[in-house]
Amino acid sequence: MTDLTRLTAEELAAVVASGEASAVDVTRAHLDRISAVDESVHAFLHVDHAGALAAAQAVDDKRASGAVLGPLAGVPLALKDVLTQQGIPTTCGSRILEGWRPPYDSTVVRKLREADVVILGKTNMDEFAMGSSTENSAYGPTRNPWDLERIPGGSSGGSSAAVAAFEAPLAIGTDTGGSIRQPAAVTGIVGVKPTYGGVSRYGLVAFSSSLDQAGPLARNVLDAALLHAAIAGHDPCDSTSIDAPVPDVVAAARSIDIRGLRVGVVRELNGEGYDAGVRQRFSEAVELFASLGAEVGEVSCPHFGYAMPAYYLIAPSEASSNLARFDAMRYGLRVGDDGTRSAEEVMALTRAAGFGAEVKRRIMIGTYALSSGYYDAYYGSAQKVRTLITRDFAAAFETCDVLVSPTTPTTAFRIGERTDDPLKMYLADLDTIPSNLAGNASMSVPVGLSPDDGLPVGLQIIAPALADDRLYRVAAVLEAALNDRWGHSLIEEAPAL
Amino acid sequence: MTSITRAEVEHLARLSRLALTDDELDHLAGQLDVILGAVARVSEVADDDVPPTSHSLPLTNVFRADEVRPSLTPEAALAAAPASEEQRFRVPRILDEE
Repeated sequence: MTDLTRLTAEELAAVVASGEASAVDVTRAHLDRISAVDESVHAFLHVDHAGALAAAQAVDDKRASGAVLGPLAGVPLALKDVLTQQGIPTTCGSRILEGWRPPYDSTVVRKLREADVVILGKTNMDEFAMGSSTENSAYGPTRNPWDLERIPGGSSGGSSAAVAAFEAPLAIGTDTGGSIRQPAAVTGIVGVKPTYGGVSRYGLVAFSSSLDQAGPLARNVLDAALLHAAIAGHDPCDSTSIDAPVPDVVAAARSIDIRGLRVGVVRELNGEGYDAGVRQRFSEAVELFASLGAEVGEVSCPHFGYAMPAYYLIAPSEASSNLARFDAMRYGLRVGDDGTRSAEEVMALTRAAGFGAEVKRRIMIGTYALSSGYYDAYYGSAQKVRTLITRDFAAAFETCDVLVSPTTPTTAFRIGERTDDPLKMYLADLDTIPSNLAGNASMSVPVGLSPDDGLPVGLQIIAPALADDRLYRVAAVLEAALNDRWGHSLIEEAPAL
Repeated sequence: MTSITRAEVEHLARLSRLALTDDELDHLAGQLDVILGAVARVSEVADDDVPPTSHSLPLTNVFRADEVRPSLTPEAALAAAPASEEQRFRVPRILDEE
């Protein structure tokens, strides 16, 4: 019998719909795979065996009753541990939320349930989504299925690793500065940050509210589109949710033509500091675009060099405010409440014990940047840079339909390599941050293995806000051409675990 | 920009409600100085005529209809509380004892 874990999400939905395999079979195959490999990968913080099998059984019952199933019915999924799922532990990779079981579903989870997607469990992440390697998880790092000594990216590293290790065909991640796209790039899969406001943030534990966006990870472009379509859409529970129709990303992922499409290569997102192997695979993909009939040209976004400093002021500032809710009073950890200490003392002791080093660092930076006397120079200036970057994008999109760059300057680095140097760690998000600041749509798609080290390289595609379908159109054509060249998809080359 | 002093870091920790150890304060003082030094570059291009952007979407307040909807029961709302009493969150003292 076919190994169900090797099928795509689209294929799994088809075998469930036809009755070739039951949803319970499909779920059990993935739970078995998790049991077999997750000790070495550590993608999951919590596996919900009973809940997943019950959800799968419900899909089988629905089919037996003659109901029409949706395009992802019975397909298993891994959920980043930053989204609430009622009654299921949600830690955000932090000790401060250890054991917390949220009393409500996030909108993303509600929509997944409505689509009859089977949620297998919660995936590991950098604490409160702050990081690029999952090394900032309080529960230990996740390992890259391509090389277990290397990082799977972050902060959605549990989600990227679960998909790349065939533990789940689909995963949900969140992207504040690149936390879907960078993990996707370094694990050889597809990851999409939808337009800001395209997917509801209700029930997504906030890190930086003006930047956070949930999105899909998958092993191919069409699967990502199917998941994108399932979770996107206006939500009255999120005041920043866009009240506009979701672009038809699934149709775009089935398109086969990019002739005449104007592709702009961003000059500032390449060159010094980029691995030679990354640059080589990127240039080959750009040549491929031209050979497929796209109009390829270079474009300059002169302020992108200021995106990273602006981001590391804006995100910590918003985080210092958002994380004030972890006050030891209503839920989560409480330390030092011995009957003599004040609420303020208990709060400070709890937060010192419950937050890890990177979270403390960012809360302190944010508090500093928002302090009286420093506000204008730091937070105020960063907001102006945000305007300049948005203008750079607007100018570039006057002459280009999409922009492209490498997703990351390097391939997956070694576990421990950057933990002592926060600034070096921050460089992992160099290419992905501008899209978060401007709120547009952005994707990473695999373009091969670096000749330097044999590790996956990702290409980033950026489209204007609300033009998410363009990402899928470009990525689908690129993926088809590359798979044609290789004779298989890149993930087939991942080592057996 | 001026570099950040250890006393400032201690003050920030207090504002942030983080009871940090001396070792943590020493370590953080050095790191914050390096990070703030690197991000201070934003002021190079932040000219007076550039308006700030706080959010990528033009935001307006959103109101929902004033209708009664199901909500959490007191038991569900208190289920994760570190301490509760008489359907309330029980917290440490918030006023100084006189």
